[in-house]
Parts: sequence; structure tokens; C-alpha cells
Amino acid sequence: MIVEVDRDAAFRAAIRTLATDIAGIHADSVDREARFPIESVDGLRAIGGLSAFVPTELGGDGVAFATIADAAFELGRRCAASAMVFAMHQIQVATLVRHAQPGSSFEQYLRDLPRTQRLIASVTSEIGTGGDLGRSIAAVTEVGPRRSFEKQAPTVSYGAHADDFLTTLRRSPDAEPGDQVVALTSRDQTSLEPLGSWDPLGMRGTCSPGFKVRAAFDPDQVLPTPFSTVAAESMVPISHLLWSHVWLGIATDAFDRARAFVRGQARQRPGEVPPTAARLSHLMSSLALLRAEVHSELASFLAASATPDREQLSTMAQILRNNNLKIAASEQTPRICLDALEICGIAGYRNDSPFSVGRHLRDALSGPLMVANERIHQTNASLLLVAKDV
Amino acid sequence: MADRVRRVIRDHGRLAVDVDAIADDANLYEVGMTSHASVNLMLALEEEFDVEFPDAMLRRNVFESITAISGALTSLGVQA
Repeated sequence: MIVEVDRDAAFRAAIRTLATDIAGIHADSVDREARFPIESVDGLRAIGGLSAFVPTELGGDGVAFATIADAAFELGRRCAASAMVFAMHQIQVATLVRHAQPGSSFEQYLRDLPRTQRLIASVTSEIGTGGDLGRSIAAVTEVGPRRSFEKQAPTVSYGAHADDFLTTLRRSPDAEPGDQVVALTSRDQTSLEPLGSWDPLGMRGTCSPGFKVRAAFDPDQVLPTPFSTVAAESMVPISHLLWSHVWLGIATDAFDRARAFVRGQARQRPGEVPPTAARLSHLMSSLALLRAEVHSELASFLAASATPDREQLSTMAQILRNNNLKIAASEQTPRICLDALEICGIAGYRNDSPFSVGRHLRDALSGPLMVANERIHQTNASLLLVAKDV
Repeated sequence: MADRVRRVIRDHGRLAVDVDAIADDANLYEVGMTSHASVNLMLALEEEFDVEFPDAMLRRNVFESITAISGALTSLGVQA
């Protein structure tokens, strides 16, 4: 027990150092040049960060999920793009950890991960499905003893920089759109043909253009668990939680910059409370609400994950709460950044000032679009028709 | 009861196959029932059998087959 606690504490400390000394230093150039945060990812590899969640039984560090979430938050305070790459990779790892069968190729993959430190990207969105991750067009196709697929993905985050790809597909060419599985293919089995350029408003370092993805692979690289189960028990709730921790990190740094600005004003006129201080107090309330929402849903998810067969995770009340976290956190974060901008004024608007919050605001505006909030509202609206205790 | 359940599924499950062609223990999600359709199915079952599914029962696997649905209805006091 003591050893486990130390592992978590050591990982937290290493992430904080990495966030400040590496991710934060390169954040502006990553953003300006819309380039992959290679320094952060190399730094993560150096501290075993890409395998931290692999359980000790499989030779990993067995870092707790709450610690992974905290790491996404700490990175988010310094470089949101680095944090989002970290979060997305951890979503794939956590999904494999929770659904890999003993003795499977997936379990072997996890055993190797502490040594290989391979970065996993996900290929879940698809052109022609209207943004519904629960439906696929591309299918696992038999080619003799091997399998193949071809999928048109409108975005693959860090696709050009990943070592492996987790792709949602129909189980077979005659399966229904919703009868999905996931396949894990390596870069040397997978070809990516870019479908466009990458010059977005924010989260520029995630490097997420579209690709036509093709792969040829073995049958045991398809996870036997239906994707609907994988999505409901792991991928969707974990995505919402880790993304929200990244956004909380962005909002916290925007608040910190506004506080530093107000303190600077106060120092110039000791004895007077600057007018911006009252607005900072309002901003603190907004940040506290966001933090409470993120932390309470993390606690709720951990409790539900600990129930037998994780059955609490698939209750409507839990799905509604987790969906609501995504909506609330992604809407609250840009508001906090905007309020911080108004407090800092021109010093916040400039890109070359220590109080700059332009990158924070631009990065935060991606949140409501990552699985459109309106789509999640539609899901919740329908669940609310039958759910009783929410 | 299985026949009444089948009828409700035919009207609201939006399966990709004929409901009479599937076994009682066939997985409805694997034959095309979406989560949206499953919500409509729950509402229609509550209306048809005059019951309310408590939250603890509002889980994906409770509605995954005709057998599972019949079991849930029985546990709410619906007579076979």
C-alpha cells in the first residue's frame, strides 16, 4: 500500500516538473507553429508517462486513475495541447487495461508498454456518420487469414506522430452500423493519407487533420468486447473526465494570470483595492464551480467503477451525470478565460505579455466541439424521458 | 409475456431484422437497436405493462434481449 502511494506521489511530482520545465516552456511555439509538442511527449516517455496506468500485475507502475486525471490537469495548466495528447493516449490505454482479456494480444501489448512507451491515437470519427461515434461505415474485412480496413476519418489527433491506432469499425462488411468493434494496429501495419491541412483556431499542437486510414493486420488485433460496451463502460466516461481535467487546467491558469495581473495593480497603489479585484472574486466563484463539477464526477465515476461488473457505470443516472460534466465543463472553461481576459485587458489580449490568455481562450473553445454539446444534449434529453433519480 | 414484449419491440425497437426471426436470448443491440430506440422501448414497455422501471434497472443489459426484458418485468410483479 505504501509503495503504491509513493508511486502516485512520484508520478505527480515528475509530471509537475515536466509541465513547468518542458511543456510550459514550449507551449507558445507549439501553438504558434501548430506543431506537435514533441518535447512534452519525449519527456513523458522519459518518466514512463505513457505506461503509467498499466497495472503492476502487467509490469506497469499501476498509477491510480485519479492521478492520471490530476496529471492531465497539471499539464493543462501549462500547455493544453500537450495535456490533450496525454489525455487522449491515456483514454486508449485505460480502455485496453479495462477490457483486455487475460492472455490476449492486448494484454501482451500492455506488458510491453513500459518498455516501448508507444503513443496510441484513436480513429473513431468517420466521414458520413454525422459525428455519431456509435456508428461506423468502415468494416473489418477478411483477406485470407488476415484482416483489413479502409476508413475516412475527418480528424485523427496526432495521427502523423502516433505509433499505434485504435480504430472503431463494423464487425464485418455485413454488420449493422452500430455493431462495432475496435482494432489496434501498429504504424507499420497502417497507412495514413492526409485529407487536408491543419490550421485551426486552438489546440493547434494536437495536429488533428483528416486522414484516409488503411490497415492490414491479424484477427487477434480486434478486441472481442463489443465497442458499445467498451464505449459505455470506459471510452466515453473516461474521455469526458480526462478532457474536463485538461479544461480545468486551462481555466486555472487563466485565473492565475488574472490574479497575477490584479496583484500587480495592487502593488502599484498600496492601500487601495483595485476595481479588478472584485471581478477576480467573481472569477474565483466560477472556477470553484467548475472544479467542484470535475472533482465530484471523478469521485462518482470511481465509485461506479468499483461496483461488481461496473454495473453502476451503465445506469442512466451515471450516464446523464457524466454527459453533463462534459457539457458543463466545456461551456464553463471558455467563459472563465473570457472573464480573465476582461480583467487583464490589453495585457491579456496581447500574445507577448505574461498575462496573455488568448491561447487559453482559443484552446478552450475546442471543448464544446469535441463531440458537439448539442448532440450530447439530445442524448440526455432522451435519457431524461425514462430516468427517475438523476 | 414474451409475445407482448416482442410486439412492443416490433413497434419501437427499430431492429434491422424481423423480431420474429430472432431468439428470445438474441442480443437486440447486435441486431441494430440503437440507444435512442432502447429509450423508446423502455417508455413503451412501461406503458404496455403499466410499470415503472426503477433507476437500478435502467441499464443497457436489462434491455439487451427478450429474455432479459421479461425477467425485469417479472421482478416488477408482471404476471407471465
